[in-house]
Amino acid sequence: MTAQEIIDSLTARFGDAIVESKPDAMQPWIRIAPDRIQEVGRFLHDDLALRMDYLSSLSGMDYNNGQLGVVYHLQSLVHKHRIVLKVSVPKEQAHVPTVSGVWGTANWHEREAFDLFGIVFDGHPDPRRILLPDDWEGHPLRKDYQVQEFYHGMKVPY
Amino acid sequence: MDSLYAFLSQPLVLSVLLGAIPLVFIIVYALVVLYMEMKVAAHIQDRLAYMRTGWHGVLQPFADMLKLLQKEDVVPVQADQFLFRVAPYVVFAGTYAAYAVLPFSSIYVGANLNLGVFFLIAVSSLVVAGILMAGWASNNKWAIFGGLRSAAQMISYEIPTALSIVVATMIAGSLNLQDVTRFQDGGIQNWIVFGGTLPLTQKLLILPFTLITFVILFVASVAEVNRTPFDLPEAESELVQGFNTEYSGMRFAMFYLAEYANLFLVSAVAVSLFLGGWSSPFGSFLSGPVWGIFWFVMKAMVFVFMQIWIRWTLPRLRVDQLLYTSWKVLTPWLFACIVAIGFILVA
Amino acid sequence: MIESLSLPTNYVTKPDAITTSSGKTIRSQEMIVNMGPQHPSTHGVLRLEIVVDGEIIVDCIPHIGYLHRCFEKHTEHMTNYQQVIPYTDRMDYCSAITNEWSYALAVERMLKIEVPERVEYIRVIMAELQRIASHLIAVGTYGIDSGAFTPFLYSFIDREKILDLFEMTCGARLLYNYVWVGGVSHDLPPGFVEKAKEFVTYFRPRITMLNDLLTYNEIFVKRTANVGVLPRDVAVNYACSGPMLRGSGVNWDLRRDDPYSVYHKFEWEPQVGKGEVGTIGDCWDRHIVRMREMEQSLNIIEQALAGLPEGNVQAAVPKRIRPEPGGEYYGRTESPRGELGFYVVSDGSASPYRVKARGPAFVNLSVLPEISRGAMIADLVLIAGSVDIVLGEVDR
Repeated sequence: MTAQEIIDSLTARFGDAIVESKPDAMQPWIRIAPDRIQEVGRFLHDDLALRMDYLSSLSGMDYNNGQLGVVYHLQSLVHKHRIVLKVSVPKEQAHVPTVSGVWGTANWHEREAFDLFGIVFDGHPDPRRILLPDDWEGHPLRKDYQVQEFYHGMKVPY
Repeated sequence: MDSLYAFLSQPLVLSVLLGAIPLVFIIVYALVVLYMEMKVAAHIQDRLAYMRTGWHGVLQPFADMLKLLQKEDVVPVQADQFLFRVAPYVVFAGTYAAYAVLPFSSIYVGANLNLGVFFLIAVSSLVVAGILMAGWASNNKWAIFGGLRSAAQMISYEIPTALSIVVATMIAGSLNLQDVTRFQDGGIQNWIVFGGTLPLTQKLLILPFTLITFVILFVASVAEVNRTPFDLPEAESELVQGFNTEYSGMRFAMFYLAEYANLFLVSAVAVSLFLGGWSSPFGSFLSGPVWGIFWFVMKAMVFVFMQIWIRWTLPRLRVDQLLYTSWKVLTPWLFACIVAIGFILVA
Repeated sequence: MIESLSLPTNYVTKPDAITTSSGKTIRSQEMIVNMGPQHPSTHGVLRLEIVVDGEIIVDCIPHIGYLHRCFEKHTEHMTNYQQVIPYTDRMDYCSAITNEWSYALAVERMLKIEVPERVEYIRVIMAELQRIASHLIAVGTYGIDSGAFTPFLYSFIDREKILDLFEMTCGARLLYNYVWVGGVSHDLPPGFVEKAKEFVTYFRPRITMLNDLLTYNEIFVKRTANVGVLPRDVAVNYACSGPMLRGSGVNWDLRRDDPYSVYHKFEWEPQVGKGEVGTIGDCWDRHIVRMREMEQSLNIIEQALAGLPEGNVQAAVPKRIRPEPGGEYYGRTESPRGELGFYVVSDGSASPYRVKARGPAFVNLSVLPEISRGAMIADLVLIAGSVDIVLGEVDR
C-alpha cells in the first residue's frame, strides 16, 4: 500500500481521530488524537491489508511549544510498507495511552520516553524509569530541563 | 650417627617421614602442572603464555605462588568464620589422605592397606564435604550454588568411579592397590584394560568390557575433579567462581593445590587399576623400583595432559545433562559390564 | 548420548511446607539473585535480577542504564551535524562503522545528498568487514558463555586482522569516525584491496574450523538446541532484528528489504534459522545465523572489491549542514545486531533538534524475560549471550 492508501483507509475508519497527515513527506506521517492511539494501533496491527506488525521505533519528542510528542515508526514485514504515526500532548497533561499491548517492543521504548521526557503512558504494565536511577529528578531530554544540583550528595553539574 | 639412625627408625618417625613424601611430591608436581596447564592451554590457543620469567617462563609458577602467599586473606564478615577458614584444608586433606594408598613403586606405598581401594573411595569423599563447607560458609549466593552443584555432581560421579574400580578389583581379585598393580606386572599385555593375566579366551571375551569400563572411569574421573566439561561447581561464566568466589590468598591457593593434587590422584588410580601402575610396559625391560616411579608418574601425567587438553577444547554441560550422563548413561553401562565380566570370570 | 530432562517451559513453583518432627514448619522458597552488574557473562554492566527456584528461573528482570552517557542529549548540543558521528561510534563499540553509517544515512537522506559510488562501495566493504569482526566477538564470547574458552581466542586472532585493515585505512582500531555525512574520511590506502582479498581467502576456511570446533560440538549443540526458543510471532511483536529475528525464521534483512547503498548489486542471501538441531528460534539457530552471515559478508566483500569504482570519496556537502526546519528522517541500516535506526529531526539550526537512536541491542534485550522463564541459570547465560548485546548501545 502507498502512504496515501494507508491514510485513506485510516481516515475512512477513524475519521475524527486523524488530526493531520502528510502523505508527501519523505516519510509520510499521520497525526492521531492521543486518546485514540491504542485503537488505531490495534487496527493497523490486525488489519490484514495493513498488517503493521513491526514497531521499528518509538521516540519521545519535545516540540518546545508546550507540546510533547510521541512518534511511532511502523513497518509491515508482510507487505513491506511503512507509515509514521505522531501524537502530541500538552506538557502539563502529558498522558498517552500505552501501545505495549499491541506491540510488545513498545514496553521499553515507552519506559524510555517516560524516563527522558516525562510522558506518562497510561496502562503501561511496568511504568518505571529505565536508563536513569529511580530517584532522579526531572526528565533530561525536555528542552527546559534543569539538572539537579546534587544527587545523593554528589555534585551533578561540573 | 647411630642415634640419628635409631631416631629415624622409630615407627612413628618413619611413618611421618614416609607420609611426607607425597606432600613433597604434590607441591613439586603442582608447580610443574601449573606450568604445563598454562603452556598447553596457550599452545592450543595459538599463543605463547608466559615467556619472561626465566627461560620460557619456567619461573612463573614460583612467582604466582609467592604472590598468593603475600595476598591478604580476606574473610567476609558475614561468613561462617570457622567453616570458611577450615574448608580449604578439608578439601586438601581429603585428597592428600588418598595419596597414602597410591603405589608409587613396587617398594613404596604410603600405607599398604588391604582395603586400599575402599579407603581411597571413602577418604576422597571428604573433598565433597570441604567444597560444600566452602560454598555454604561463604554466605554468597553464587558460592552456595557452586557448593550444591559440586555435592550433587561428586556424589553422582562417585558411583561410576566406584563401580569401575570394582571391575578392576574383580579381575585382580584384591582390594589392595599394590596387589592389583603386581597382578598386572610383566608388560603391556597384562594390563587390566587389556584383560589382565587371564587365560587367552577369557581375556579376549573380557576385553571389550574392560575397555568400556576404562573409558567410563576416565570420564567419571574428569567429573570427580570438577574439570571441563564437568566444571559446573566453579563454572566461571555462570557462577562467577562458584564455591571459591569469596576466597583469596593462600586459602584460594589451597583449593587450587587440592584440585591439581586431585587431578593426579584420579589419573594415578586409573593407571594403577587399569594400566599396570608402576610396571613397565616392556616386561622386565626398564623395570625395577626406581623405573617404577618413573612409569607410574609418566602414565599418570599422560592422563593429566589429556584432561588439560579436554578442558581447553570442550564447552560445559548443564546440570541436568551432567546428572543424566552419570545416572542414565555411565552407571547402567557399568552394571552391564560388571555382570558380563562376572559371568566370564566364573565360567 | 546426552539428553536433557524435560522441564516445563513455564515453571511456577508452589513452595511446599514441611513440618519437621520437632514441630517446626519449614518450606522451600524462591531466591532472588543478582546477575551483574559485575558478572563475567553479562557482557558489560547489565544487571539481571533473577528469581530462581533452585536452578530454574522463575522470572528475570533486566536492569539497564549503568552505562548511560546521555548520547541523545549530547547530540542536541553539537555545533555541527558531523560532530555527532564520533559519539555514535561509542554506542555499539563492537561495530562502530555501521553506527556511523546509520546516522550519516539519516542525515544524507534528509538533505537529499547523493554520495559518490566509490563511497558506497567503500562503505559496504567496511561495514561487512565490521560485521565479520562483530560476529567474531559474538561467537567467541558465546563460546566462553558455554564454557569453551578456545574459540574466543581463535576468533580474536581473526578479528585482529580486520582491525589491521581498519587501522591501515583510518588509523583507528575500534572507534573510527570514518563514515562522514556525504562520504568517508579517507580514501582506501594503497595495498588495501590486496590485503582485504588476502583476508577473504584466509578467513573462509577459518569459519569451517570455528564451526567444527564449536557449532557442531555435541555438547554445544545439546546446550543450545531447544534453549531460549524465541517464536516467530514473539520476535516480530518485540521488534527483534538482525540474527535474533532471522534466527526465528523471519526472512527480513534491511540490506535487501529497505534497500540502501549498493547491496542490490551483489549476490548474497539473508540467512535464517531453520531449526536444524532443535526448534526454530533457539539459541543454536541464532548462533548459526551469525556463522553463516560471516560467509555471506565475505561474498559481498569479494564482489565489492572486484567492482570497486574510481572516484571521489566525499560528496559536496556544505561546511555547516543546515537542513530545512521541520525536516525529519528515520534512517536505518542493518547493523550486525539488527535494525539500527536514527530518527533525526531538524529545526533549521546547525545542530540536530532531536536524535533518537533505536539500538537493536536495546530492543532485542527487552525480549529476554519472555524467553528465559523456565530455563536454568546455565541456560540464561547462553540465552543472554545469544541476544548479543553491547551495553554501550543498550544504555547509550
